[in-house]
Amino acid sequence: MDANVIVNDENQEKISIVLGVIGADVHAVGNKILNYVFTKAGFNVVNLGVMASQQEFVEAAVEADAKAIVVSSLYGHGEIDCKGLREKCDEAGLAGIKLYAGGNLVVGKQDFTQVEKTFKDMGFDRVYPPGSDPQINVGHMREDFGLMI
Amino acid sequence: MKIYLLTDFGSTYTKVTAIDVEYGTIVAFGKAFTTIEDDVTIGYNNALSQIYQQLGQFVLAASLACSSAAGGLKMVSSGLVPDLTAKASRLAAASAGAKVMKTYSYELTEFEIEEIEAINPDIVLLSGGIDGGNKAVILHNASIIAKVAGEFFVIVAGNRSAATQAREILEAGGKKVVVCENVMPAFGKLNIMPAKAAIRDLFIANIITAKGLDKAAAMMDMEIIPTPLAVFEACELLSNGTKAEKGLGELMAYDLGGATTDVYSMADGMPKVPNSFISGINEPFAKRSVEGDLGMRYSLTAMYDLIVEEDGGASFCTAGGFAMGAVQSWLEICRNDPSVMPHNEYAKYADIDASFAAYAIRVGASRHVGRTQKIYTPNGEMLSQEGKDLTQVRYVIGSGGAVINAQNPLNIMKEAIYSPRDLNDLKPLAPKILLDERNCLAAMGLLARREPDMALRIMKDSFVEIG
Ligand code: B12
Repeated sequence: MDANVIVNDENQEKISIVLGVIGADVHAVGNKILNYVFTKAGFNVVNLGVMASQQEFVEAAVEADAKAIVVSSLYGHGEIDCKGLREKCDEAGLAGIKLYAGGNLVVGKQDFTQVEKTFKDMGFDRVYPPGSDPQINVGHMREDFGLMI
Repeated sequence: MKIYLLTDFGSTYTKVTAIDVEYGTIVAFGKAFTTIEDDVTIGYNNALSQIYQQLGQFVLAASLACSSAAGGLKMVSSGLVPDLTAKASRLAAASAGAKVMKTYSYELTEFEIEEIEAINPDIVLLSGGIDGGNKAVILHNASIIAKVAGEFFVIVAGNRSAATQAREILEAGGKKVVVCENVMPAFGKLNIMPAKAAIRDLFIANIITAKGLDKAAAMMDMEIIPTPLAVFEACELLSNGTKAEKGLGELMAYDLGGATTDVYSMADGMPKVPNSFISGINEPFAKRSVEGDLGMRYSLTAMYDLIVEEDGGASFCTAGGFAMGAVQSWLEICRNDPSVMPHNEYAKYADIDASFAAYAIRVGASRHVGRTQKIYTPNGEMLSQEGKDLTQVRYVIGSGGAVINAQNPLNIMKEAIYSPRDLNDLKPLAPKILLDERNCLAAMGLLARREPDMALRIMKDSFVEIG
């Protein structure tokens, strides 16, 4: 078996995560890169692409039995678009699912500690500043899912 | 004279259509009560004797048949998320020609055991979870279905990783199980053909016999198929055409029956206006939906309940200019005799019957077509489209007794056209309306399996444009 493939020792299956660019955001390039990186890292990526609604994220996570939802927002309206996602997850029985957000979450260059706090208050587990390397997120996911080697 | 005999074993009538092979035309028609309780071939022979009376002697080219007798192919389907695998399971069952009585999503409860027992399905289609995804719900649902009493088959078409376990749970409960590919193997990706094939195989191999149709089946030159499947194939042919002759292109068809309203669309359904995008799954080009609460006789009570639920029946009565009391009387008459027609002594109920028909078309259309929802984004207003955009469809076909025997079929079929009243429903904007005056859709679906060119010609020649 490929050494890069992460296996859930219980059922020998890949861990599923849901990825997408939320809201009315059409920035497609970063999403393709994230999909590539996460797939390569051994995750089963359900990629919703651009313009994904909260409902789509939640429904995809339910069907896929996903362990995490990775949200990108590039166009600056991340806060409005992400508000309520955690509550929808709770409602759908996705209690404890990891929520990550990254991209250009807010308009312009704002103090990131404030942005991070805002998103954590909304129920996100990890929040990434503009231009973050997706590999960092991969490391965090391994850690969060207890797959640290 | 060489003849094709095309038989439709209906719930009330057995109808036989005779086609002259040489001229490719309908030359005779016979109709008799379906006798499924004792021996279905009695009714068949009664209908056949009418054909002999009309034609005298003839050489038989082939005898083909479809059936919706003994309740048709009754199914229950289930999935996980309503818009995803649950919808996919319903699409699969409907496209196989089943009467989908109910579609469940998420976890079934003990309460639903009784409900399913009351439905008494022939097949339960169990799905849920994309491949490698959620297993818990389909396994839970398998354990519930295993407890449902009754002789029925279960098709497992969900998360591949849960299929074996689901089968074991069901078999431990004494159910007969068929496993096939997932109706949605990856997020948003429909894969309904394997489930459709599994349903067809079960129908041919087991359900025909269970319904007492095996004696009739032995008299045919092809396996008996569900009537809605024959209609489905007729619509596909009419839309696509053949190598030799062009079809009509994108179309919709309505088959208004005593028990259900069946709606078909042969159209891609992609967004037609700028600034709109699809949310949810891309529905198939060839789609059938079936509404068990919109039927002109057996399901008239259910339809009446819907109307009353809306506004106590006020707008229904006002639009038609009749009193609620009269509506209830007609309902009672139909309940007592499902074969009744609004003729002779009942002629005064013709308007009410037509209003019910119009209602069935309107609601059946609304449920079949997609709809848009305005969403306000930082970049301005956009339209999120769920389901198929059928606004550009050019032909709408009306079929079924209640439509073709009505005094004014156009009044009924108009409800299939876009109206500002149902603002967001993506119904055809300006279609031509065709009437299947000879009620030959099912027969042509059968003929299409042997003589597609001939079937296409007959449909084109016999459908009349009424609007
Ligand atoms: C190309 C582009 C467009 C194209 C997009 C084409 C397409 N379909 O992809 C078009 C012209 C359509 C466009 C439109 C707009 N754009 Co533009 N666009 C860009 C541009 C120049 C490049 C984006 C890109 O592809 N980058 C390359 C990829 C690889 O990087 P990325 O997207 O950032 O993604 C990486 C990281 O962010 C990170 N990442 C992303 N998500 C996540 C999530 C997690 C969890 C983690 C760990 C990491 C991570 O990893 C990704 C891969 O390395 C950027 C400026 C820039 N240089 O970034 C502006 C930019 C994103 N756009 C911007 C704006 C404002 C707009 C518009 C609103 C402009 C307008 N007024 O119309 C519209 C919005 C349209 C819409 N509805 O989305 C702003 C956003 C400002 C803000 N957030 O404060 C930017 C930053 C330009 C700017 N400096 O002002 N845009």
